[in-house]
Amino acid sequence: MRRAKRPFVFTGCVELRQTLDHRATDERELLERLEEVPAGSVFYHTHGYFLRHRPITTAYGNDFAAWVAAHLRDQVLAERLAVVNPFEFATIEELREELASVIHDHLVRLSSVPRVELGEFFYFQQSHIVEVALGPGTETLAEFRAGLASVDASAIYMHMVEARARLGRRAGDFAEWIRTSLDMPQLADKIERIDTYMTNLERVRARVLMLVDAALEEATV
Amino acid sequence: MTSVEDYRRVAPPGVVDIILKLSERVRGRRLLHLSAGRFGGGAAEILHTMVPMMTELGIDAAWEITGGDPAFYSTANALQAALRGAERVLTDEALDHFVEMNRINAKKLNLDADLVLAHDAQPATLVQDRVATGRWVWRCHFDCSRPQRRAWSFLRPFVNQYDAAIFSLPAFARRLGVPKYVIYPSIDPLSEKNRELSAREIAATLAPLGVPQDKPLLVQVGAFNAADDPLGVVNAYRLVKKHYDLRLVLAGAAGADPESPTVLAELREAAQRDPDVLVRELPPDAHLQINALQRAATIVLQKSVRESFGLGAAEAMWKGKPVIGGFVGGLPHQIVYDVTGYTVHSVEGAAFRLRHLLNNRELIARMGAAGREHVRRSFLITRHLVDYMALLIHVVP
Repeated sequence: MRRAKRPFVFTGCVELRQTLDHRATDERELLERLEEVPAGSVFYHTHGYFLRHRPITTAYGNDFAAWVAAHLRDQVLAERLAVVNPFEFATIEELREELASVIHDHLVRLSSVPRVELGEFFYFQQSHIVEVALGPGTETLAEFRAGLASVDASAIYMHMVEARARLGRRAGDFAEWIRTSLDMPQLADKIERIDTYMTNLERVRARVLMLVDAALEEATV
Repeated sequence: MTSVEDYRRVAPPGVVDIILKLSERVRGRRLLHLSAGRFGGGAAEILHTMVPMMTELGIDAAWEITGGDPAFYSTANALQAALRGAERVLTDEALDHFVEMNRINAKKLNLDADLVLAHDAQPATLVQDRVATGRWVWRCHFDCSRPQRRAWSFLRPFVNQYDAAIFSLPAFARRLGVPKYVIYPSIDPLSEKNRELSAREIAATLAPLGVPQDKPLLVQVGAFNAADDPLGVVNAYRLVKKHYDLRLVLAGAAGADPESPTVLAELREAAQRDPDVLVRELPPDAHLQINALQRAATIVLQKSVRESFGLGAAEAMWKGKPVIGGFVGGLPHQIVYDVTGYTVHSVEGAAFRLRHLLNNRELIARMGAAGREHVRRSFLITRHLVDYMALLIHVVP
């Protein structure tokens, strides 16, 4: 079994949520507040959505779309916001601009602004991520597979979402380690291509496991 | 005694490992909880489990309570009620006395800790006697968003002396000059109220309560007051009873609310007219009885019209029951609509959803299972412990 040049240490995380003094009661306020909140809040409601999203709930891809659908009952704007893939934007400011543009474009076509009647207001939040190293490190693909299967789901978020979106490691940590430490570029490419948008962490885990299993099986043939 | 390791069998995979790893970073840190009392209320219930768990993990955790003369308790209760939005008379004299009594509490208590968590209103003014080295965080367990102005004007300057505040939901918070964190409350799955019970234990517990299990059972556990709307539940039950032979159990405590005797009298009258309406007054420590009632239920209701977080829904979902709850407080955050139950806005809405579930029995099991998983991920004490350790790491560098 091929040994890695350096071990891979799974890192989980805990999200300490902080609510801000910004809230929206209708779509116009959502637009106004979206343009003024800190970048960390935009990140929280888009990329951070994947850390909180559970398989049992309807997937909307970000908190803005989920709120517009559930509390304003505006399915048109919900659909338009839901298809904004946060992983396609190089910076949070570009993502913010796109989201604001979608809401603005929607508002100019409306005669009245949808507002909360019986639902909840939208409360802008941000979070502080506390990283938790879940060592010991894995040195082979088989050890990596065993660790990945049992690790807390927050580690999938850290290595597949946070690493790419906030920490600038665009390939994601799994693919990067497999490429550079295990010298398995083909497997790394496949893992890098996994679409983390509009899914959930357990599905991402299952897809990585499936690819790793196939590679392990290939190695034993 | 329960150990952190015992939670491996109920918590999501990997969470206990996260707890153990986090504990390496906070071992030896001094964490002091300050609260109004050791019994009654969700905060005390959680601290009874949380403090021993923290101690086991190596955190130097302590829990102190504040006290005083009858006037002190009276003002503390009035202040807490007024902060929740109730109309109460708070005189300058009473508030000055309240502050003075807490000054005496401060002299009696050792407030030297790395992090002091003051829970709710009663110990809140102790912050003016804080020791310079530690961080202080106010933990508000109730909905503080629409307080009586007088009460908030009094408390706000004290809260702003803290380093941060914690609310159970963003909607429960007020504008403050300090960071506001959001931490959901939690239930202890291994406590007497939530542990697994055998069918025999359930039957043995319900028999003395006079609750037969020969019909589908609707259960609401809550205070007999207007906020929990037990009369609305009776009306919803009556709409359903026309089509289904079932039984309704309303269990809870009368509480100190002025309207409670009237509500209870009306419920008793309803029970006299219909033998399938059972009203059971329970003492505050009737955890096993509540557990058995929720487990025996076919569907659990939490049809509140005013609510703080309302963890009764999480308790019922942990027992695999679909929950029909009011669209208030923390209930919409616990009940995933059409997945773990339904949030409703009216008596008719509750009746409609009850009929919907009774007419589609397969949904009851499916929603119950989804609810249990939802609670496992979001509302167990293991998640709460993780949040508190993250707070300790974040605010005490």
